Amino acid sequence: MAVVQQTARPEARSSSSFWTIARRDSLAGFLFIAPQLIGITLFVLIPLCLVFWYSLHEWNVLANTFTYTGLANYQMLLEDTSLPSVLGATAIFSAGLVIFNLSLALLLAVLLNQKLAGITIFRTLFFSPVVVSLVAWTIVWGFLLQKNGGINGVLLLVGIEGPNWLREPVTAMISVIVVQVFKNVGLNMILFLAALQGVPNELYEAARIDGAPRFKQFRRITLPLISPTILLTSIITIVGSLQVFAQIAVLTQGGPGLTTTVLVYYLYQQAFQFHFFGYGSTLSIMLFVIVAVLTFAQWQMRKRIVFYES
Amino acid sequence: MNYHRTLKSAVAALAVAVPLCWSGIANAQDAVNLRMTIWSANEAHLKLFNEIAAGFKKDHPNVTVTYESLPFETYTTALTTQIAGGNAPDMAWIFETAAYDFVNSGALYPLTDTLKATKGYNAEELSATAAERWTKDGKLFAYPFSTSPFAMFVNNDLIKASGAKTPAEMIAAGQWTWDNAIATASTVGKTGKGGLIVRDFNYQIWQNLASVWNGWGASPWSADGKTCTMTEKPMVDALTFIHDAVFKNKAMPGPGESVDFFAGNAAMTITQISRASLLPKDKPFAWDLVPLPKGPAGNYALIGQAGVGVMQSGKNAKTAAEFVAYMTNPENSAKLSQFFPSARKSLLNAEVLKKTNPLLSQEQIDKVVISGIATGKVIPGHTGFAQIQQAVRSGLDAVWRPDANIPAALQQICGQIGPLLKR
Repeated sequence: MAVVQQTARPEARSSSSFWTIARRDSLAGFLFIAPQLIGITLFVLIPLCLVFWYSLHEWNVLANTFTYTGLANYQMLLEDTSLPSVLGATAIFSAGLVIFNLSLALLLAVLLNQKLAGITIFRTLFFSPVVVSLVAWTIVWGFLLQKNGGINGVLLLVGIEGPNWLREPVTAMISVIVVQVFKNVGLNMILFLAALQGVPNELYEAARIDGAPRFKQFRRITLPLISPTILLTSIITIVGSLQVFAQIAVLTQGGPGLTTTVLVYYLYQQAFQFHFFGYGSTLSIMLFVIVAVLTFAQWQMRKRIVFYES
Repeated sequence: MNYHRTLKSAVAALAVAVPLCWSGIANAQDAVNLRMTIWSANEAHLKLFNEIAAGFKKDHPNVTVTYESLPFETYTTALTTQIAGGNAPDMAWIFETAAYDFVNSGALYPLTDTLKATKGYNAEELSATAAERWTKDGKLFAYPFSTSPFAMFVNNDLIKASGAKTPAEMIAAGQWTWDNAIATASTVGKTGKGGLIVRDFNYQIWQNLASVWNGWGASPWSADGKTCTMTEKPMVDALTFIHDAVFKNKAMPGPGESVDFFAGNAAMTITQISRASLLPKDKPFAWDLVPLPKGPAGNYALIGQAGVGVMQSGKNAKTAAEFVAYMTNPENSAKLSQFFPSARKSLLNAEVLKKTNPLLSQEQIDKVVISGIATGKVIPGHTGFAQIQQAVRSGLDAVWRPDANIPAALQQICGQIGPLLKR
């Protein structure tokens, strides 16, 4: 027994000298994040590099040619007469979506943050569109928004002749924003609800004792304390708004004119419908830069507008 | 001793196994799997295609043909994505609107030599006008297996109930003109039902409007495809006529309105004859099929086409071309023509077409199908069509408004597509 212990000890010592606790922790950490890291490398980083590589080429899929053109596609960005309209539509869509989505989500969260019988039913009701198939949701809204569709039918019952929702420039943009908001507002609502329930009750009690009206309580206590969630939801919603595709493809196909042609739909058209894969890749790079800059800017803003209790 | 015995057994086993494996590998190498992308998922179509593939396999036992159905609406996009991803099919159906892109790009394997070398193929009987769009420098790059005329389906029950004249009555009286057709559609429209629908147009697929504007002699671009002609008088007049039919006469459903003729909700629809299969069996109505009305420029016809081509990039392009030759030989063309009207002259007669289109009367076949295929112009197409289509669609949105300035909108469209046409 003693011999066994003597021979085992040097091995244990040599392994423990290399496998220090710090190294073991590092290995365990790397193993835990390995699946995610491999996934991101394979499906994000490598494709991103490839898209940049494609953006330096003219790729004619049908003729099977792949010609290096340097920065010609980036030059084309500056000369593309449709691009200003596309960027304008993207900005309007994103701004409209973020403002409407966050306001409605916060309003719903405040209304549903009550201890009432059956409130869970309402919470479930408002969250349920989040789990519905996006395309099915959009197709149903497409029927409702037709000129002789369900919404105008209801309006007609009260003597109002509704507009041609998806064929007028202004109403078409409003329609795609509303369809997207109603689809995803439940997710932000749940995040706000969780944040609201984390606000300590004592603060409200103290404010009430000091005579602060309800709106002031909301402005001075609720908003600062849920500001980290507001930042999170605004980043998620802005990034999501820049990726909108299915709603546009199903409801308006970018029309009327180019009024609802947002950047993702435009790059889909260029790459997959017109077969300009090089230029489509260039637009993807531009979208990536826009998303990165907006996320960075919002992240920087947290120092000024986000209140952390700690 | 034991060791030697084992060694001997192993050598003997190898001596048997190696040639067997080798022959297996050789057979696997000979096996050819061909894939054809199609936009139909119709069971009857697939049954016929599989029968044709089985027939080919009898003479080519190592060749297996499979069909991949892609969604109709996004077919060309899905096909080019497969090509871009290095997963091109061996053979593909091609829309007439995308024909120039595929033929001119060099993506397709030339078929002429293979078709000529196929015994009994009789390539000469394919009408030259039908093959025109699929031919470059005298070589056929895709075979137009479907040449289907556009015609007017009519719901006589609705028209008679509204008190208007039916198209058959107008044809008999020599009054089947666009003005009278729209008058009838307008009368039905006022009863709350739909008037006239250009099927699949939906204020997006504007090229289907050629079924109307060809009656004015209008065309979106010149014959050589280099110049936009949408600002010329025939197009302005034709689009003004359509605009009035939509917004003044309420004879056609407006933008955003959906009405289905085949559900019995409209008086007339312009579509290809193959849509006869959509006529209702449960609640049938008295229907008719008539040629397109006479326009200011006279009588005319429009045809839609579908081609089948072999991808140049495929490993088995030669075998794939042989399959296309087999699929479109006179015997199989006759079978295919029950779904896809053939442009072979021997199949363009009432006797054959009556057998393959049992829903149509002899008169309908004579006046609509045979005459349409023989005289019809193919729906507009161009190199880079997807981009041109999108630019025109976007520009025409300004026309589909009650207060539209049509000449100005068309001027704008020509400004947009002019540079694209010159490419």
